[in-house]
Amino acid sequence: MHAISQQLSPTLGCYGIELLEADTFDLRCFQALTGTKFFVVAEPGTQGLDSLLKNVYGLYVDYVLKNPFYEVEMPIRCELFDLSLTQLIRKDKGVIGR
Amino acid sequence: MADAPKKGTLRAAYRRAADIKPRDARTWQVSLNAFAFLFSEMVQYNQTRVDNIAELEHRLEHAGYGVGLRMLELLCHREKKRSKASWNSLICPQHPMEIALWKDSLEKGTENEDEYMISEKELLVNRFISVPKDMGAFNCGAYVAGIVKGVLDGSGFPARVTAHFVPVEGQPRPRTTILIKFSEEVLQREARLS
Repeated sequence: MHAISQQLSPTLGCYGIELLEADTFDLRCFQALTGTKFFVVAEPGTQGLDSLLKNVYGLYVDYVLKNPFYEVEMPIRCELFDLSLTQLIRKDKGVIGR
Repeated sequence: MADAPKKGTLRAAYRRAADIKPRDARTWQVSLNAFAFLFSEMVQYNQTRVDNIAELEHRLEHAGYGVGLRMLELLCHREKKRSKASWNSLICPQHPMEIALWKDSLEKGTENEDEYMISEKELLVNRFISVPKDMGAFNCGAYVAGIVKGVLDGSGFPARVTAHFVPVEGQPRPRTTILIKFSEEVLQREARLS
């Protein structure tokens, strides 16, 4: 998707998709310096997605990269990552609003 | 022959290393992230060289054993007040080394005479590690168990030390218990001394 948006972009120096607003959903992307991309799909008009993605990146670094049983580029099956992710979403629900 | 080492020479580097006083070393702090990455790499390194989980645990324990032996010497060096007599008996007073490491006394196991336990909410080494389900009851706390074993062996209390997960009701993460099973000769010595 990133590659497609880079080619479609009308301006020069585009790094890829960052925000996609549609009728029924919002799609936001966060790209780390290493090229790892985090996507979140939410209801239209949701605020605070940017900081949410940054927090998820922090969790990824902690619970996935420091896990000796995780191989890079494989699907993430780390119990701690899932747990802390649900906690983060639940905590932010009050802030983000619905 | 120069009387003062010039900046950037090897002698200058040695002089700077020697400037580190022992009292500074005690308050040095190491980044948790750095340790977590190092430990993760250590587990991965061993994983490629073993055939099964029991062997992996054994290797981690062996790694911790060396650390325990050396830590014992270091703690002895820093201990000033305790007398030598406290080292002989296990029951009373509690083993001073465990207190130095955990600030908690050993708990006595309920099933057997020779079993003691140290219970922790979450071991530091396990903080970022999620063990996949197909590895069963594998616990990276085997490293910590190795450290404890090294400390006990070095001070004359040979034991078999293992780390176990103990599920707790109402909490998603289990507690970790380090089980210490002392060998026969220790119990016999205790019986003779008390």
